Amino acid sequence: MSAVSHKVDFEQPKDFKFSKENMAKVEKHIAKYPKGRQASAVMALLTLAQEQHDGWIPEAAMEEIARILDMPRVKVFEVATFYTMYNLSPKGKHHIQFCTTTPCWLAGSGEVVRACEKHLGIHLGETTPDGEFHLSDVECLGACVNAPVFQHNGDDFYEDLTPENVVKVLDDIKAGKAKPGSQTGRVKSMGAKGPTTLGEQARKAGIEK
Amino acid sequence: MLDDKDRIFTNIYGWDWPTLKAAKERGVWAGTKEVMAKGQDWIIEEVKNSGLRGRGGAGFPTGMKWSFMPKESKDGRPNYLVINADESEPGTCKDRDIIRHEPHRLIEGALLASYAMRAHACYIYIRGEFMREAEALQTAIDEAYEAGLVGKNACGSGWDFDIYVHRGAGAYICGEETALLNSLEGKKGMPRNKPPFPAGAGLYACPTTVNNVETIAVVPEIVKRGGSWFASFGREKNSGTKLFCISGHVNTPCNVEEAMSVPLKEIIEKHGGGVRGGWDNLLAVIPGGSSTRLLPKSVCDTVLMDFDALREQNSGLGTAAIIVMDKSTDIVYAIARLARFYWHESCGQCTPCREGTGWMYRIMQRMVRGEARLDEIDMLLDIGREIEGHTICAHGDASAWPIQGLINHFRPEMERRIKEYRSKLVA
Repeated sequence: MSAVSHKVDFEQPKDFKFSKENMAKVEKHIAKYPKGRQASAVMALLTLAQEQHDGWIPEAAMEEIARILDMPRVKVFEVATFYTMYNLSPKGKHHIQFCTTTPCWLAGSGEVVRACEKHLGIHLGETTPDGEFHLSDVECLGACVNAPVFQHNGDDFYEDLTPENVVKVLDDIKAGKAKPGSQTGRVKSMGAKGPTTLGEQARKAGIEK
Repeated sequence: MLDDKDRIFTNIYGWDWPTLKAAKERGVWAGTKEVMAKGQDWIIEEVKNSGLRGRGGAGFPTGMKWSFMPKESKDGRPNYLVINADESEPGTCKDRDIIRHEPHRLIEGALLASYAMRAHACYIYIRGEFMREAEALQTAIDEAYEAGLVGKNACGSGWDFDIYVHRGAGAYICGEETALLNSLEGKKGMPRNKPPFPAGAGLYACPTTVNNVETIAVVPEIVKRGGSWFASFGREKNSGTKLFCISGHVNTPCNVEEAMSVPLKEIIEKHGGGVRGGWDNLLAVIPGGSSTRLLPKSVCDTVLMDFDALREQNSGLGTAAIIVMDKSTDIVYAIARLARFYWHESCGQCTPCREGTGWMYRIMQRMVRGEARLDEIDMLLDIGREIEGHTICAHGDASAWPIQGLINHFRPEMERRIKEYRSKLVA
């Protein structure tokens, strides 16, 4: 028996319209670029569509974006399929993206991923049967001195993970009470044993040198 | 060690607020108008005198790059400044801290740089994963507009200046400047052939300069304190202060601002808390982000962290992302994982890179287990040579370098694994 739901078939909605609130944002994004260069806003609009549509972009949204920006549909499809952050299929309520590139791997991302897989009963690339979690591995997230890290639903970073604390983070995310950032209580990218520089600023901020 | 008073990023760890009010107390936006009054060419000259070299990896002299921009438009095309905040080189996380904790230094630098290069508009291309950072940056930009520091008649200088944030969506290749420009135009992020260079025809075919976040963010302090102040740190032609990211097997991984040409050992011991298990437990260091060739311990003992010293060691300063590996590291896997990175991030435009990165990755996977032939080590070098210089951008070259570093310094380990695997087959 497999506890895994692969979700290979999902339905493409027939229509997609931006909400009134998002339509205002669309106008704002288009206004950032010179006249006639509205195609530059395609990435921002795809991101908006993904946020509005439960974390994935249906084909109808791409067609709508092509209409709004007066672009050939295929140009929007090209962009949507080129960049990895655009999800073209549903990814579960909580999309957990582990960085597994060398700096994170050196800091133990392998063990952290295994702890999550064990806790959720799924492997990388899979969704839990209740649709709550989807696990994937991604390339460097750019928080290497706080490795290992994962990103939740394309926004918050959870840093300084260990096989022990990551399980609690997942539970907290499900319960809606997780705190992003370092999970070992360290201050951003400062060394864990306190600052080695900026003595005056540290004293002012009440941080021991 | 760099004196605290000479550090530019005094809020790099986010102890203080990133807001305009707090930034002003830290000296940001002080005397901006006066500096601008000295003229555009004066700013470029001062940046040239500072010896600042691009902080994004290639290390091209910034002042010289700026001087390539046309001083007046003969055909009505505007000049653009584009700031590269697509920080994705494995090991690198310095721009993230500038953006979330010191956004006003970046915005002030963007104004000064745009003014010097006669640009009225600047786009900051930030990687898509940096969602919270993009929000922080937008908040700071809104504050600056509100206070009249940017926008029409920025800082009361008479110069109109607009600044926009453009979010990417997870493609490493968009850190390559022409791929970034294509992405900014709403296309797939595929690099363009050069020439034409961006200074001639970049964004929307207009003259454009693309600079890294750190390069732009240090400009205000350079022009205010003087180019000679900045040039007083580090060795000749490698001057200035620099943000270093220390990750991997050190006791206290961190970001830190230090003077250029600081010894690698000193920065690891003083700021990184030393190698896990002591200096003698060191196996190798990747000194400047994943693309630079690794250094064995014998080199790490004495090497200085600057462009020229690392080039002499057949490596590079890159983004100054120091990845430390102790003796417990499976060094072949560490590099094989980077080979996977380059294979995954190849845009697919040029055949040697699209196919070659995959070949190298698959051979490297077998090398980890030793499931290979001895002559495949040379084959890896050969494939790398076939890719290098045969592609539109440097991604292909960069994919070959980590593997060359591995083979140069750890060929005996690779051979040992192959022989061990073979001997098990025979037995």
